[in-house]
Amino acid sequence: MNSTAVDTSLIAGFGQDAFDRFIESRDEPGWVVDARRRAFLTLQEKLNAPLDQEEWKRVDLRSFRPSQYALQRNDSVSEFKTLMADRTNFAGNVAQVDGRNHVEQLDAALAAKGVVFCDLSTAVREHVEIVQQYFMTNAVRPDADRFTAWHAAFWTGGNVLFVPRGVEIEQPLHSLIGLSAAGAADLSHTLVVLEDGASATLLEETASATNDNSGLHIGAVELLLGREARLRYVQLQNWNQRTYHIAHQTGRVGADASLQWTVGGLGARLAHIHQDVKLDGRGSNAEVNGVTFATDRQLISYYTQQSHNSPDTRSDLLYKQVLRDRARVIWRGMIRVERDAQKTDGYQRSDALMLSDTCRNDSIPGLEIEADDVRCTHGATAGRVDDEQVFYCMSRGLSRYEAMHMIVDGFFQLVYDRIPVEVVRETLSQAVERKLGIGD
Amino acid sequence: MSSLLKIENLHVGVDGTQILKGVNLEIRPGEVHALMGPNGSGKSTLAYALAGHPKYEITDGSIQIDGVNLVELDANERARMGIFLALQYPVTIPGVKVADFLRHAVSNVRNPARKEGEGLVAMREFRKEIKQEMEALGMDLAFARRYLNDGFSGGEKKRMEILQLAMLKPKFAILDETDSGLDTDAVNVVSEGINRLTGPDMGVLIITHHERLLEFNRPQFTHVMLAGRIVETGDAQLAHDLHADGYTVVRERHPDVAAEEEAAKAAKEEAVAV
Repeated sequence: MNSTAVDTSLIAGFGQDAFDRFIESRDEPGWVVDARRRAFLTLQEKLNAPLDQEEWKRVDLRSFRPSQYALQRNDSVSEFKTLMADRTNFAGNVAQVDGRNHVEQLDAALAAKGVVFCDLSTAVREHVEIVQQYFMTNAVRPDADRFTAWHAAFWTGGNVLFVPRGVEIEQPLHSLIGLSAAGAADLSHTLVVLEDGASATLLEETASATNDNSGLHIGAVELLLGREARLRYVQLQNWNQRTYHIAHQTGRVGADASLQWTVGGLGARLAHIHQDVKLDGRGSNAEVNGVTFATDRQLISYYTQQSHNSPDTRSDLLYKQVLRDRARVIWRGMIRVERDAQKTDGYQRSDALMLSDTCRNDSIPGLEIEADDVRCTHGATAGRVDDEQVFYCMSRGLSRYEAMHMIVDGFFQLVYDRIPVEVVRETLSQAVERKLGIGD
Repeated sequence: MSSLLKIENLHVGVDGTQILKGVNLEIRPGEVHALMGPNGSGKSTLAYALAGHPKYEITDGSIQIDGVNLVELDANERARMGIFLALQYPVTIPGVKVADFLRHAVSNVRNPARKEGEGLVAMREFRKEIKQEMEALGMDLAFARRYLNDGFSGGEKKRMEILQLAMLKPKFAILDETDSGLDTDAVNVVSEGINRLTGPDMGVLIITHHERLLEFNRPQFTHVMLAGRIVETGDAQLAHDLHADGYTVVRERHPDVAAEEEAAKAAKEEAVAV
């Protein structure tokens, strides 16, 4: 495996010429251009530095050729069949395709309260203070690795949700990130800022317009929760199987705030998510849920860190992964407890259900504890569908297919039970159903 | 409705070892049959072979319902033809709610031509029906929303089997030691349940060691299995005698089969020793 070597082919698609053309086409304020230029320099440095061994050593990047993708300059298809969009009434919608914004809509009553929900490209013009204060400043930093630098230099758009102090949004908000044209690259960003006491639910999904067009997503997600804020964030990754998805995602949780974060990993040829949950404020709480269903030759990889930086913090991570065919799922999890973070309660668990002999699961939990009065537990299981369960179902009239469907759905149910948003449960369940249909 | 479950010269092997060596049995709706026999005689093997468990390989003979041979059919197709097996040790299916599971099961069994994804039985009627049946079995209605057998006690699991029996209304029900591991009260509840469900439209094969179940569900026929064959058939009195006296007399009456039983036991012990 050669994943940590210098990847010079990146220069071809996203090199100096491409960068200059990109800057010219964007017509952005000077401070944005300056930030991009700094990130571009960082990118050059990072391309010459190896990737973090622990994070990348199990992910085979040999098939990944950045030079095959390019930023799109023409308008692409904007009609998307999405899993979620039509299921419920959303308080707002932001959608982009191939890195270009198509929909930007927010309930007027919320806008009047100072809520912002718009494309990042709009925000750098109309909500300068928010972007300057929070965009890639203390959650996902441009210099974390080559992918964050790449993202910071070339971000194409994204969505910004800002909820002012004390404003509580009942209805969920929806965001769609789409890929359409062959070889399109999307470098969209999700920035969520909840001030003290604010609450919101953001449901985000990624989708491809076709099954065949290759695509690339180099993403970043930043979730920033003030004191006593409450955020539910769902990202349902549902690209086609010709898409590469590499994302750095960080949540920072303030005192007594609560973050519920759910990731669904269904699509992509290769997906790698670096997911950091930082419990910064005393009494902060994070629940992290993962639902992964990998089939064919998909590789889906998670590198998760739960960092307890203050006392009385709680984190609870539950990943449920189903694998079939020649798919591979990797989970490397770490709970880190700082010296001062006494009375921490940290939990992490990954369960894998293998539906074929040729799939492979690597689940590696880990603990790093500096404090001496904490409770941290972790676990990982992997197993096959029990033949006796299948027989039991069949002896009650269910077909083998229906039995497998029930058992797989049941396996995920334990995560659905933790998600109070009906539309998310329904969407995930239906996505699983579709996926089970493939290849059977 | 006159239906017939006809088992002829049934030979069944498990992992290459022959367990059933020519079983003949006929069951009609409305009849209660008791199947008794010492441990290892093949009672559960017969039950699983009838239900279509893939581990139980039918090497000879046939199982027919009204002339249709079931031997090549999968378990779900047999269920749709009216076979039901109440398991001795029902498995747990985490995350699958009892009501969802049963709604799918009922939809398939009542509409045998149903394909995956086609309509399920109407929710309203289904709810009403499951509520009725649960009440009749003295079950807490909250069980419908629990995960199938997940965290259930032994008695609760057996009641769940009887609830499924009640909902699926098979033509032929096989109860594999449904009374095992239960206290007297639970046996009573299960017995009453079976008794209530037994009618002119359902034939029952009860595999049991207990008298209690048979008191409530008095068999017209009692069959004794020994070394993979049914060696005797009598009425309820035979079940009573076997329960009182054990199988020594049966072995004495069938010395050849008893010798076969001994030989099989010795072979098994030898295999374990190796």
